[in-house]
Amino acid sequence: MELLNVLFIKPFADMFAAPDFLLQVLWEGLVSGVLYALIALGFVLIYKSSRIFNFAQGIMVVFAALTLVGLHEAGVPALLAVPLTLLVMFGLAVAIERVVLRPLVNQPDIILFMATIGITLFLVGFGELIFGGENKVMITEQLFIPTGSFELEPFGGFLLIEQKDLTAVIGAVVLVGLLLLFLNKSKMGRAIRALGDDHQAALSVGISLSTIWVLVWFIAGIIALATGIVWGARAGVSFALEVIAYKALPVLMLGGLESVLGAILGGLAIGILEKLFEIYWGQPLLGGNTETWFAFVFALIVLLFRPQGLFGERIIERV
Amino acid sequence: MLYRTAGQFKTSYHADHALFPVRQDAWLLGVILVCAFVVIPAVASEFAINALLIPVLIYALAALGLNILTGYAGQLSLGTGAFMGVGAYACYKIITIFPDLNLVVAIALSGFFSAAVGVAFGLPSLRIKGFYLAIATLAAQFFLVWLFEKWSWLYNYNASGAIQVANVDMFGITVAGPNAAPVTQYYFVLGVVAVVTWFAINITRGRIGRVWKSVRDMDIAAELVGIDLMKAKLSAFAVSSYIVGIAGALFVFLWRGAAEPNLFDIPLSFRVLFIAIIGGLGSIMGNYLGAILIVALPVMLGTLPGAFGLTIASATVEHLNVMIIGALIIFFLIVEPHGLARLWAIIREKLIMWPFPH
Repeated sequence: MELLNVLFIKPFADMFAAPDFLLQVLWEGLVSGVLYALIALGFVLIYKSSRIFNFAQGIMVVFAALTLVGLHEAGVPALLAVPLTLLVMFGLAVAIERVVLRPLVNQPDIILFMATIGITLFLVGFGELIFGGENKVMITEQLFIPTGSFELEPFGGFLLIEQKDLTAVIGAVVLVGLLLLFLNKSKMGRAIRALGDDHQAALSVGISLSTIWVLVWFIAGIIALATGIVWGARAGVSFALEVIAYKALPVLMLGGLESVLGAILGGLAIGILEKLFEIYWGQPLLGGNTETWFAFVFALIVLLFRPQGLFGERIIERV
Repeated sequence: MLYRTAGQFKTSYHADHALFPVRQDAWLLGVILVCAFVVIPAVASEFAINALLIPVLIYALAALGLNILTGYAGQLSLGTGAFMGVGAYACYKIITIFPDLNLVVAIALSGFFSAAVGVAFGLPSLRIKGFYLAIATLAAQFFLVWLFEKWSWLYNYNASGAIQVANVDMFGITVAGPNAAPVTQYYFVLGVVAVVTWFAINITRGRIGRVWKSVRDMDIAAELVGIDLMKAKLSAFAVSSYIVGIAGALFVFLWRGAAEPNLFDIPLSFRVLFIAIIGGLGSIMGNYLGAILIVALPVMLGTLPGAFGLTIASATVEHLNVMIIGALIIFFLIVEPHGLARLWAIIREKLIMWPFPH
């Protein structure tokens, strides 16, 4: 009885007792959810168009953020550093396509997956070599990202919303909107989707595989830069950022590996649920720090009922 | 020249399916075993044994366990590090509770704990496949490492949160702990690894091994010809986690001497996966080749700048190491996606045919 009370009644009682705190928790969860969704989106784009499970997305986030800050430290004005970083990410996309992907065309999935882990290691070493391993501060003010905060008073309580978090959410929504528009309305976007449906058919109607791959990796690079700026503004820029890439994996499981919508909704769901679980169940009952595994276990449970994720393509197997 | 199969006739199916259909292979293995048991311990320095030989053997064993699951049964797992941790912590607790127990028995028993945990986390494999399963095994990885940190009973309520190996005696000789001689430890590890490898070779050649391979190649087809998928997949998880658990126990008791929970974190899982893939999925020998490559490379790269008379800061060397290993992984995948074991198979073909091209 005591157990049931602690598990099912007390947490909800706590939620209702302090609704302003609950709102704060939800907001924090939403913000990290948006970021998980962004990283997952990078994964999904690459997986859709090339069936490559791109483990390097996380390090691309770090690399993009480090390049931006590094360029600024080298004296480049902030607003010029952004396009320069994009140029670097484009170069990276071309290099990855030429050096890694092209020779590995048609290999089994696991080989390509390992290759992306190889890319991850390479970029970790390369990044540390050039930019050093220490923590850096994101150039928030120079990019005109507001750093103040709003204080609201819902239910007579207290709710703190940081302006940079709000900017992050709005920026992410705009980015995702543009991306969806690009994927659904432009010629290139249609080519990406065609490639995702059927490689050979797409090739036979004249879609260039290598162009699209470079494009997709470049888009993943843009997303990485956006994520890097936003997350770097919250937590500083360092290689510890890489661990958030792991958080994108359960998001992918939950949403389905091929679904853009799934990545977004899965990211939001996981961001909010893991915060709620940590605050109301994890810290009082399990000693805290449950955020490392909650998302995985949650996604695993969902997957037992829907093996292809919530929005993934149905897996049809033929003998 | 030396490698000729001419004149080695097979007169029965039994002979055809023998472990060494070519006599030279048996000779080669004999030479390797003599080297491993007699020559190397006699000539190797303590540093070489501690920094190269013991880790190569232990990593090869862990990769062997993973290879049974991924290479033979086709279930991709990213949770190897955590299963090694289960073996290590189980062994630590067994030694704590029964201090007089023989270390071999303790290590053998600790494998059963990791096997049980492996089966529990293998259950989703009946529903989930491919990359979804790989991510699902990450759940085991993160959950177990969290558990190692929070469940203080596991590390005897030690204030540091780490486990520390005390001296363990076996037949009057110290085999584990700070007082153990590296050569003794080397022989201990070598013995365990040799026995497990012998077991693994035979199990993968036999009925269970063929069942696993058919599940790997296409599980629905395997089910249609009457293979019980649940038994096949769970037995693969059990055997694999058992071997990985033993490797984990050796990892802490015979090599590291102490362990913190984050030692078993995801980089360890990836290192073992690299070894299995670079060595060759679905091969026993490949694990050893892969382990030699992955363990020896950083050591060699560390000595290179000194050999050329360059002075580079040690941090820079470390970063370069990571970079070079990443590049080499990609290089090896491009050159031979099926791993070093396949490379050896090709060399062998060529040797048999030599000097004719085909």
